[in-house]
Amino acid sequence: MKFSLKLTSLLAPVFAIIVAFGLSTLMLYLIGEDPLETFRIMYDYGKTGKSLVSILNRSVPLYISAVAVAVGFKMGLFNIGVESQYLMGSLLSAALGATLALPSFLHISLIIFVAVITSAFWAAIAGYLKVKKGVHEVISTIMLNYIGTGIIAYLLANIFFEKVELSTTAPQTDLLPESARIPSLNALLGIEELPNLHGFIIGAVFIGIIYYWIVWKTSLGFDLRATGSSPLAAKFSGANPARLTILAMMISGGFAGLVGIAPLTGYFFKYTTDFPSGLGFAGITVALLGRNHPIGMALGAILLSFLERSAQILDLKDVPKEIEKIMQAVIVLTVVVAYEVVKRYVTNKQIKDASKVGSYD
Amino acid sequence: MISFIRKNYLIIFPIIVIVLIAQIEKYDQLTTSGTFGAAIRLAIPICLAGLGGMFSERTGIVNIGLEGMMIMGTWFGAWAAWLYGPWYGILAGIFGGALFGLIHAVGTVTFQVDHIVSGVAINILAAGVARFLNVVAYADQPTQSSTQSPRIDGEVGDFTMPYLSGGYDTPSLFGYLQDLNYPFISDFAGLLLGASSNLSYISLFALTLIPIAAWILWSTPFGLQMRSVGELPTGSESLGVNVYLMKYIGVIISGGFAGLAGAYLVLESSGIYREGQTAGRGFIGLASMIFGNYRPFGIFMGSGLFGFADALQLRSDDAVHGLLVLISVILLILAIKQLIEKKYINASASIVMSIGFLIWFLNSETVPSEFVYFTPHLTTLIVLSSASQKLRMPQKVGQPYRKGELN
Repeated sequence: MKFSLKLTSLLAPVFAIIVAFGLSTLMLYLIGEDPLETFRIMYDYGKTGKSLVSILNRSVPLYISAVAVAVGFKMGLFNIGVESQYLMGSLLSAALGATLALPSFLHISLIIFVAVITSAFWAAIAGYLKVKKGVHEVISTIMLNYIGTGIIAYLLANIFFEKVELSTTAPQTDLLPESARIPSLNALLGIEELPNLHGFIIGAVFIGIIYYWIVWKTSLGFDLRATGSSPLAAKFSGANPARLTILAMMISGGFAGLVGIAPLTGYFFKYTTDFPSGLGFAGITVALLGRNHPIGMALGAILLSFLERSAQILDLKDVPKEIEKIMQAVIVLTVVVAYEVVKRYVTNKQIKDASKVGSYD
Repeated sequence: MISFIRKNYLIIFPIIVIVLIAQIEKYDQLTTSGTFGAAIRLAIPICLAGLGGMFSERTGIVNIGLEGMMIMGTWFGAWAAWLYGPWYGILAGIFGGALFGLIHAVGTVTFQVDHIVSGVAINILAAGVARFLNVVAYADQPTQSSTQSPRIDGEVGDFTMPYLSGGYDTPSLFGYLQDLNYPFISDFAGLLLGASSNLSYISLFALTLIPIAAWILWSTPFGLQMRSVGELPTGSESLGVNVYLMKYIGVIISGGFAGLAGAYLVLESSGIYREGQTAGRGFIGLASMIFGNYRPFGIFMGSGLFGFADALQLRSDDAVHGLLVLISVILLILAIKQLIEKKYINASASIVMSIGFLIWFLNSETVPSEFVYFTPHLTTLIVLSSASQKLRMPQKVGQPYRKGELN
């Protein structure tokens, strides 16, 4: 019985993906492309070894961003500000990391620590405004995104970068020294011929476990979830909503700080104006898709990275690669609807089953 | 008089300080008719988005998707205007926004998805759709790009109030008063001159929608039904109101307003569709709705404030520099208030920050352009955090409703 319920809720994402493919088929057909051919090209390109490495590398920050969003979701908080939180953390940790010379382990730990603290602090502002001033966190985090972008641009151009007259170099921090770089896993796995598979992928697995542990195995996590599903009941059970809100925002922001670690220590080694952005918003998609579940989100992150990567080939075939953006968005929209339908079906079934037990006939 | 000041000191003192700062020549851009004219043009899209939010939230549906609907408005508006002319752009913008309003309604009303989740999904969808459509629609244009449309031609014409502001070659009373340079009188004349000259017909159309919205919601049976659905859906249902239909209509109108806001942005300020040009204005509209306490004229005032901040950002870095004094003064007032309430720690923090801003002001000539860029967003945060506690929101806003429910 319980097993079949779980199976039914797995139907939702499958259904969403089918709908997304159906809609994109229609779109491709309408603009005069051959849908099946397009999907086949995408699939063939996406399953090459090079692509697989790229997909895994992409999915690491995406997954962590989803975890950051999910912590908030679990408490009914919408942290839309992961975007500026991780960029802020990345900038400061990149700037600091470049000035130091430490043993490798210490150096990397320090970078991670600075990123986490910065992002948690930036997220805490939204928590504070919600608790003390009653500003809804969706609006405050979005406004903080714009404010953060401005502050980052200022810091990057004026504080962490020495302008040289007549030079056209874009503002950037200094390169991280060798000791601050996380090595790739290629040598370990014996795949030297492929592009670098970044080592922080192991970190992402740990982050998933930590997330699971905090939310499902600690009393803090219990309070978070209780407040999320029934604020009043949680309050009466002794949870302090104000404290929890700020704490949840800080934990969410802390995870957000980890988003930039993989690109920073893996392949960029500095913060520049073209440091990967938009991961915060993509994380929302993944969190919704994976239903805030650590494994669900991992699958969601890989699926989205696969779509993104395999769509790149479409440019060469003269098919607009933006079709992938639509597929992503349709998946999100249908998945939230499908989950709701499944939830309703399950609740109805439970009520029916319960009434069967109740009547002795 | 004293009680009036006590109630509205948060509005009165900043105005006085702004006018005083504007007497210094470097900062006179703060209160010229040019700034106010720009403020009106920037306030209108925010106001329209806010009105959209109001229609939706009055029927009980939270609409975070306003931003996405506005994006659709910008794209459809630009596309139709490019093909057929500006007025078709307006229509198409409304249509595009309303279409996404319909999607939001299907999600939240029929399937009872969490309103914010659905809204966030709408925003993601709109960004993707706009990008895709842009590639497809302008595929054979020389300027083809995934993020921009070709330039849109065509004028809608504009209107200037005769006699008061000098329209139709009549003398301009406000212009004369502004040139006199008397404190307060000239500043106020600048405000009126800016608000009543060179207004395009699209702006006039948008401004007339404010009283119309108020009239629909508060003076027609239809509006009463819509509002009742947001307050007490079960009660409305028992009186024969079609709750689902009302919610659908509310959210679709909401999308239409947001779409109009987007089209306005394209046709009035940029003349081109550009990705990201809404720049969070849908959310700022939502903020102005909260600030305006879910009422049309409140929303207009709120959006005026944000439009003013936006206009300063566009027109003059110097003027924004002058605002540093304003922030310093506001913090000082706050500190005095906290001292009276015996919150000594908060008060000392406010005083330190107040002095900090004053020192910053005295030791610099301009504010860095990166900071100027987020003036409207920062204003939004500050205004919301000082205003959002005395609100009266629709009672059942954000809660899913299913037919036949009892609570």
